[in-house]
Amino acid sequence: MSRFSKRSTWALPYVIFLVLFVALPLIIIILYAFQDSSGNFSLGNFAKFVTDADAIGTFALSLEVAIENTLICILLGYPAAWILANKKLNRSAVTVVLFILPMWINALMRTLATAELFHMLGIQLGKGTLIVGMVYDYLPFMIYPIYNILSKMDKSYVEAASDLGATPWQVFWKVQVPLSMPGIISGVMMVFMPTVSTFAISEFLTNNKIKLFGTIIQENINSSMWNYGAALSLVMLIIIGITSLLQDNKKEVNGVV
Amino acid sequence: MRMENKDYIIELNNISKSFGDKVILNDVSIKVKKGEFVTILGPSGCGKTTLLRLLAGFGEADSGEIRINGNDYTHVPPHLRPVNTVFQRYALFPHLDVYENIAFGLKLQKVPGNEIDKIVRKVLKMVSMNDYEDRDVESLSGGQQQRVAIARAIANQPKVLLLDEPLAALDLKMRKDMQIELKEMHKKLGITFIYVTHDQEEALTLSDTIIVMNEGKIQQIGTPTDIYNEPQNSFVADFIGESNILNGTMVKDKLVEFVGHEFECIDEGFGENAPVDVVVRPEDIYIVRNLESAQFTAKVKSCTFKGVHYEMFVDTDKGYELMIQDYNAFAPEQEVGLIIRPADIQVMHKERTCNTFEGEMVDETHVKFMDETFECLPQADAKAGEKVTVQVDFSKVDLIDHIEDGTLEGDVHFIIYKGDHYHLTILTDEGYHIWVDTTDIWDKGDLVGINIAPADIKIVKNNE
Repeated sequence: MSRFSKRSTWALPYVIFLVLFVALPLIIIILYAFQDSSGNFSLGNFAKFVTDADAIGTFALSLEVAIENTLICILLGYPAAWILANKKLNRSAVTVVLFILPMWINALMRTLATAELFHMLGIQLGKGTLIVGMVYDYLPFMIYPIYNILSKMDKSYVEAASDLGATPWQVFWKVQVPLSMPGIISGVMMVFMPTVSTFAISEFLTNNKIKLFGTIIQENINSSMWNYGAALSLVMLIIIGITSLLQDNKKEVNGVV
Repeated sequence: MRMENKDYIIELNNISKSFGDKVILNDVSIKVKKGEFVTILGPSGCGKTTLLRLLAGFGEADSGEIRINGNDYTHVPPHLRPVNTVFQRYALFPHLDVYENIAFGLKLQKVPGNEIDKIVRKVLKMVSMNDYEDRDVESLSGGQQQRVAIARAIANQPKVLLLDEPLAALDLKMRKDMQIELKEMHKKLGITFIYVTHDQEEALTLSDTIIVMNEGKIQQIGTPTDIYNEPQNSFVADFIGESNILNGTMVKDKLVEFVGHEFECIDEGFGENAPVDVVVRPEDIYIVRNLESAQFTAKVKSCTFKGVHYEMFVDTDKGYELMIQDYNAFAPEQEVGLIIRPADIQVMHKERTCNTFEGEMVDETHVKFMDETFECLPQADAKAGEKVTVQVDFSKVDLIDHIEDGTLEGDVHFIIYKGDHYHLTILTDEGYHIWVDTTDIWDKGDLVGINIAPADIKIVKNNE
């Protein structure tokens, strides 16, 4: 029995899961990325990416779309979260659920529906529709973490600021926004990361007119260009890794937990 | 025509405030002189913090008027009021360091940078926190955070400093040190301090004026000495310091009866044979070996050394228990004589002599009051729905452990020991107060069932 009572024994299924579904695929991606099609070590895949103007262009566009989407989500999401967390303006928890409700529905289905809606309204699919659809898809992921931190924020900070002479506007900019940074950061992570790598949304909402980085990876892998696809995936992973590292540092700089 | 008096920095006139059904402040009026150290003292839930918050501008009173320095500030938002607050849990901004916290208000006022430097350094020195400018506020201990919070509040040079139980979170030793520092700071700054606390010792130590509050009402306003020596009611007497609170009868002017004896006193104007509360401080009862020369006798029950004095409990010849403090020890079981001087007897009007409720007849043998129907003795020609006044003696209310067996449920809100019985204030779940005399021992916060026997319900028709 003692074998089962050890805590590490209980972790075994998770270790197996992590090895099988996280570590192993990652190793395979790295191996594939540094091999040519015949299995020899090569940096050719990366050289191809750096010299391929098309790929670099798509890469830049992906980053641009992701940044735009994230910024718009902050601009729309922060005021929404602020209103939801303000007990004077919002007395019921139902409103919060209404805002979060889209998260319950599969993103693909929502995207298809959005595309259909544009179609019905006779709106030409393109970058504009792509951004609108992305904002619609990812807005709840921005609102929720910010709402969460704003609604839990000790109201004595706000009171202390206004007591010291801050107008409501100054209270907002000098106290509430800085103190809600952790919420904004998790919102950015939850919106920026998936938008960098998305491909289905761009496919549906631009009728494949606009290709994002995710689309290129998908196309390469679909056409059995495993090694190049793996290299591109690795590039994307590194970008996401770097952004999350930057965000971690920012958290410490702000001194808020 | 009301005279505006410029001597008063703060005037609160007839302030009332309720949250939902609960009345927090009930017609509170306070005047504070410039430069005074005023303490608002009372148990938790008495409305003292709400009052301070209204002064700071957090929330508005339902009715009444707030004047600061002669000007009407009743509807002015907090950032435009010439007051600053030291919050109970400090509320230092965690995203700013010590310097930035203190400079927060000054920067908003667009004070020039070198001026800010000077002020920050000055106030940090004042709270003995020099060289802490660059520290992260979360790395500071509770006491240090408290000092920074005070520094931040006084950096703005307010006319009035509001302090909301600022020392409550500190340990005893640090609290004592901070009390002395606050007092000195008050002298140095020369501004008005309004200090909220539930700690009577703190209030007595710090204040020029104490405002004692309970249940949303001001019980007494006075100097620490006044409040201690001449409490105006049994609540104040019990809340401030140790005291023997007893039921008494004012036989005539300058003669009061309590603990089964008559005593000369200095009070008059209560009328003849009027029921009163009597307060005698434990240090004001003289205890002597010589039984002949004493006013009455007692037997020592216990004797404990308290450092400076001995604290003794004695049973008097008529069966009352008294607390006595004396520099001399008397052994338990010893027969002693007791003397109380006329000037040491504080006589107070009784707030009430029985429970009185507004009620309504349900039928001839049932009456409804406190939202509950009670059986009563048959009332001749009582009509259903008839409004009546119901009276129940303090000693006729039954309290029981099993709350399910009670007609009403409530909890013990307040306890005063009256020498031979306890006088309890019970708060029912419906929010009514019942006062109960009992010899049973209950603790504050105990849940109790409440029953009243039909014969003990006195019904007075309102039109009679």
